[in-house]
Amino acid sequence: MHEALLAVRDLKIEAKIYPQGEAPRDVTIVDGVSFKLQKGKVLGLIGESGAGKSTVGLSALGYGRGGIRITGGEVLLNGQDILKLGKNGLRSLRGAKVCYVAQSAAAAFNPAHRLGEQVIEASVEHGIMSREEARERATYLFRVLGLPNPESFGERYPHQVSGGQLQRAMTAMALCPNPELIVFDEPTTALDVTTQIDVLAAIKHAIEETGVAALYITHDLAVVAQVADDIMVLRNGKTVEYGTARQIIEAPKEDYTKALVSVREMQHEEAADQTKPLLKLDNISAAYSNVVQVLFNVSMHLPKGQTLAIVGESGSGKSTLARVITGLLPPSEGKIVFEGEDLPKALAQRTREQLRRIQMIYQIADTAMNPRQTVRDIIGRPLTFYYGMHGRKKTERVAELLDQIEMGPQFLDRYPAELSGGQKQRVAIARALAAKPDLILCDEPTSALDPLVAEGILKLLMRLQAETEISYVFITHDIAIVRAIADSVAVMHRGRLVRFGPKHVALSPPFDDYTDLLLKSVPEMRIGWLEEVLKTRRMESAGN
Amino acid sequence: MSESVDTGILPDQKEPDLSYRDRFPLLALIIQRLLLSVALLFAVSVLIFGGVEALPGDFASTYLGQSATPQAVANIRKDLGLDRPVVTRYFEWLGNAVQSDFGTSWASRNSVSEQIGKRLGNSLFLAFCAAMISVPLAVGLGMLAVHFRNRIPDKIINVLSLAAISLPEFFIGYLLILFFAVKFGMATFPATVYDSMTFVERLKAVALPVATLVLVVLAHMMRMTRAAILSVMSSAYMETAELKGLGAFRAIVRHAAPNAVAPIINVVALNLAYLVVGVVVVEVVFVYPGMGQYMVDAVTVRDMPVVQACGLIFAAVYILLNMLADILAIVANPRLRHPR
Amino acid sequence: MRLRDIPVTAWIGIAGILLAFICAIFAPWLAPHGETEIVGSVWQPPDAQFVFGTDNLGRDILSRLVFGARTTLLVALAATIISFSLGVILSFTAATSRGLIDQVLSRFNDLMMSIPMLIFALVVLAVLPQNLVVLILVMAILDSTRVYRLGRAVALDVAVMEFVEAAKLRGEGRLWIIFREILPNTLSPLLAEFGLRFAFSILFLSTLSFLGLGIQPPAADWGGMVKDNKDGIIFGISAALVPGAAIAILAICVNMVVDWLMKRTSSLKGGRGDA
Repeated sequence: MHEALLAVRDLKIEAKIYPQGEAPRDVTIVDGVSFKLQKGKVLGLIGESGAGKSTVGLSALGYGRGGIRITGGEVLLNGQDILKLGKNGLRSLRGAKVCYVAQSAAAAFNPAHRLGEQVIEASVEHGIMSREEARERATYLFRVLGLPNPESFGERYPHQVSGGQLQRAMTAMALCPNPELIVFDEPTTALDVTTQIDVLAAIKHAIEETGVAALYITHDLAVVAQVADDIMVLRNGKTVEYGTARQIIEAPKEDYTKALVSVREMQHEEAADQTKPLLKLDNISAAYSNVVQVLFNVSMHLPKGQTLAIVGESGSGKSTLARVITGLLPPSEGKIVFEGEDLPKALAQRTREQLRRIQMIYQIADTAMNPRQTVRDIIGRPLTFYYGMHGRKKTERVAELLDQIEMGPQFLDRYPAELSGGQKQRVAIARALAAKPDLILCDEPTSALDPLVAEGILKLLMRLQAETEISYVFITHDIAIVRAIADSVAVMHRGRLVRFGPKHVALSPPFDDYTDLLLKSVPEMRIGWLEEVLKTRRMESAGN
Repeated sequence: MSESVDTGILPDQKEPDLSYRDRFPLLALIIQRLLLSVALLFAVSVLIFGGVEALPGDFASTYLGQSATPQAVANIRKDLGLDRPVVTRYFEWLGNAVQSDFGTSWASRNSVSEQIGKRLGNSLFLAFCAAMISVPLAVGLGMLAVHFRNRIPDKIINVLSLAAISLPEFFIGYLLILFFAVKFGMATFPATVYDSMTFVERLKAVALPVATLVLVVLAHMMRMTRAAILSVMSSAYMETAELKGLGAFRAIVRHAAPNAVAPIINVVALNLAYLVVGVVVVEVVFVYPGMGQYMVDAVTVRDMPVVQACGLIFAAVYILLNMLADILAIVANPRLRHPR
Repeated sequence: MRLRDIPVTAWIGIAGILLAFICAIFAPWLAPHGETEIVGSVWQPPDAQFVFGTDNLGRDILSRLVFGARTTLLVALAATIISFSLGVILSFTAATSRGLIDQVLSRFNDLMMSIPMLIFALVVLAVLPQNLVVLILVMAILDSTRVYRLGRAVALDVAVMEFVEAAKLRGEGRLWIIFREILPNTLSPLLAEFGLRFAFSILFLSTLSFLGLGIQPPAADWGGMVKDNKDGIIFGISAALVPGAAIAILAICVNMVVDWLMKRTSSLKGGRGDA
C-alpha cells in the first residue's frame, strides 16, 4: 500500500477546563484516534456534539482552539509529522497545503474586505501564484462552485451575498491555493435544507474536479454518506467504528452506529378521523410592527388528540404562526378558534383558563428555563399558578410529572445547568404538562439535540399523546420528524401555506413545486442519493 | 453542470422599490445623525434654560443678597427682564445665543461673549493637547495589553489603570504641582497664559495641566480600548487568518485593524466626557484662564447668564464631538459603506 | 463560592471599605480631637501629636479625616442608594413594558446624558439652595441616568429570553416577571454596577466639594479639605494631599472589589462609570 496523504496515529488531545470553585484541570477530549486518508479521497468524521470531531479535524492543521493541546500521537502529512513543525513550519502549511472551511462562513469572512481579496489572499501570501493567476483561479472556482456572475462575484463584500453563497465562497477560498487537503467543518449545518443540497453538490463537484482530499466533519450521517469514501464514527473522543461509507451505512457493526443509521426510521400511523377540530386557524395574516407582513391568509386545523406538523425553512413564517397562536403577535386579520370558541387575539385579553389550555415547548431548553430556579420550582410554578397547589401536594405532583417524563425524584432540587440537553427538554415538557393543557405548541424542540436524544424526546411525546389525548402543533424543518409523528401536515413557504392535509395526502404526489423541492432536498440515508437527485434535476431542466 | 447548481426552481423575491434610504444608507445615516444632534442641542438648550427657570430660588433676591427689599427686588426683576414671560425670554436668549451673544454678566456687568471668546480658545487648546497625547497612547497601551494578554505586562497595566481611574483629578494635579513645580522647579504654576506668549511658552505653561488630563483620561480609555481590541482579536475571521497561515503582523494590520477602528472611535468618544469634565477641575487646580474656571466662579456667585452660557457651550462641544465620532464610526463600517 | 476563592486584591478592598465605615460610624470616639476644634498653629507639619499635621486653620487633619469619612460616606452612599433604586426601577419598567413607556424614558435619558454630568450639576447647583438634601438628590438623579442605561441593557438581555416569554404565556403579572424571573438573573452585574456607582459618587462628591459646591464648611469632608488646604501646595505644604489620598485609596478599594465582582459576571454590559 502506497503512503497515505494524511495518516493520524493514536491522537490524544487534552483541554484545560475551569470548573467553578475548583482548581483548573486537564480533561482528555480525544483519545487514541487513528486513520489514514489517501490522495483525492474523502473521509467523513461523524459524531454528536462533544464527540471531538472538530478537534480531530483541526489537528490536521496543527491547530487547537482555546485551551486545547495535542498531547500525544502523530499527524503525518506526506510522511512528515506536522506536530513537530515549528511556528514557521505550521504557517507555511496552513492555507497552502491544508485549508479549512468553517461552519459559519458569515463569521469566518472578514466584513471589511471584498470576497475576492480574501479568497486569493493565502495563495498570494504564500507565493504559490501571482495575484493575476490567483484571480483567474478564483473566477474558475466560483464557476465550478456555481456562484452567480463568477467574473464579478469577488468584488462583493461578505454581507452582500447569501449564506449559501458565502459557504461556497469559503470553499473557493480553501481550494484556491491548490491544497492537498481541505478540512470541511460542518459546512452545511447552518443552511436550510434546500440550500444545503446545492452547497453539498457544489462541494462534491469541486472535490472531484480538483482532486483534493478532504476531511468532512458533520453530525448528519445522511449528508456525509453523499460525499465520503470512508467514514469514522466518533463518540466521546474515541473511535466507535471506522470503515468504508458503504459498509457503515449498509452494514454497521456497532450498536451506536446502527442506532445512528436507523434513527430516521421511526414511523407513526396517522389518525383516521380528522374532522372535529380542537384548533382552527381561519385566514390568518400577521405583520411585525404593522409594516413587514410575515403571514398571508393562512388557514389550517387540528383535531383533538392528534399532531399537526408545520414544515418550512427559515423565513417561512412557521415560528411566527406559533407566536400568533399564543397571542404574542396578534394577527392583523383572521380568527383563532379553540374548541368552537373564538380566542382573543392578544395575550393580555385571554383568561388564565384559556392560557392554561395552550402550552409551549421551545427549541433551546437552556433559555426556556430560568437558570436560577430548581426543577421543583420550574415544574411546580404552573401547579401553583393554575391549580393553587402548595407544599406536599405540589411536591407529589411534581414527582409524578418527573416520573411521566422518565426522570426520577432525585432531579427535584437540581438547577437546569446540572442537567443534560435531553433532560432539560424533558423538564420543559413536564412544565407544559403540569398545566394539563389540551394543546402543546412544540417549536423545533428536537433540532438542537443529538439524533439519539431527539428520538427519545419524540417517543416520549408520542407516548404522552397516546396516554392523555393531548394535541400537538409541531413546528419543524425536518421531513423525517414529520413522517415520524404527524397526523396532518402543513407546508409553509415565505409566509404562505402551500400545502395542507392529512399526512398521506400531503406527502404524496402530485406535489406543488415547493413541496417537491423540499422533499427531494432531504438527504436520504443511502449511498448515491445525491447523484440521483441531481440526475433527475438535470433531466427535468433538459425537458423544460 | 459546471455553469450553475442553483436550482432555479424558486425565483428570487422581486427587488422591492428601493427608497433613497436603502440606496444610500451611509448618507441617510449621517444626515439622520446630524439632525439628531441639532434636535439634541435644542433640547439641551431648553433643559438648561427651562430647568433653571423651573427650579426654586429667585434670582432677583439672590442677586441682591441679604439686603433685598420687595421694591428693590421688583426693580431688579424689571431691570433684568425677569418680569416678562418665560417663553419670550427663552427664544430671545436662544436667538441671541446662536449669534454668539450671551448677554451681560450679573456679577461683572461685562459682556459674557467677550469673556468666553478669550477663554474658549484656551480650554480647547488644553483639551486638544491632552487628546493628542492620550488617544495614541491609550490605543498603543491597549494593543500592548492585548498582545501580552494575561501575562505580566497586561497585569501591570491593568493594576495601574485601575488605580488611575480611582484618583480624583485634583489629587493628580496637586501631586504633579508639588513634585514638578515646587520640589523640582521643572514646570510653572499657576498655569497662566496670555496673548503675547509664544507657542513654546504656551506649551510650557500648559504642560502640567495637560499631563494631569492625560493621566485622568488615559486609564479609562486604555481599559476600554483593550476590551474593544480583544473582542476583535477573538472573532472567527481572525481564526481564519491564522488558519490561512498569515503572519501575526499581516493578520493584525490587514484583518484586525480595519474592524477595530469603529469600536476604538467609540471608546474615544465615550471618554470625551472625562476630558470635558476634567478640563473644569484642572483649570481650577492650575488657575488656568479657561471656560471651566469661568463657569465655576460664576456658579459660586450665582451669575446665571454666565452659567447658562458656559453650560450650553460645554454641552454643545460634547454633543458635537460625539456626533463627529459617531459619523466616523458609521463611515468606518463596511456594511454601510457598501450597501447590498 | 468559597472564601479562599476571593483574590487578595478584593480582600484588601473589603478591608479598606470596612475601615472607612468604622471611622464614619465611631468618629467621635476614634478622633483624637474635635471636628472643628483648633488645636495648633496653621499648617503644622506632621509630628507625634498630629500624625498628619494641622490644616489651614490649625485643626488636626487626622481628626477631620475621621469626621470627614462620616460626611463623605454618608452623602455618597445615600446618593448611590437613591440613584440605584431610581435607575433600576425605571429601567426594569422600561425593559419589561417596551413600547411608549420605554421610548419616552429612554429618549429622556439620552437627553440627560448628552450633557456631561459635572456641567449639569454645576448649572443646577447654581440655582438651588445649598444644603445636604439638595446635594444628595442632585447627585442621585444625575447618576441614575447611568444606572438606567446599564439596568435597561441587562434587563433587556434577560427579558428577551424564552423563560420570560414562557412566564408571560403562563399569564404571570409584571411584578412576578420583574422580581422572580428577571431580577435573580441580573443580580451580579447589578451588584458590580452598585460598587462602580458608589466609587463614582465618592469621586464626584469630592470634586463638587473641591469646587466649593458640595458640602459646606465648617463640616469636614475630604474634597472640601483639599480645597481648604490647596493654597499650601505652592509652599511645599502637603496638607491638601492627605485627604486627596484618602479619597483615592477608598475609591481604589471599592474598584478592586468591583473588579473582582465583574470578573465573576461575564454578561455585564456597558463601560465603567463615566462623567
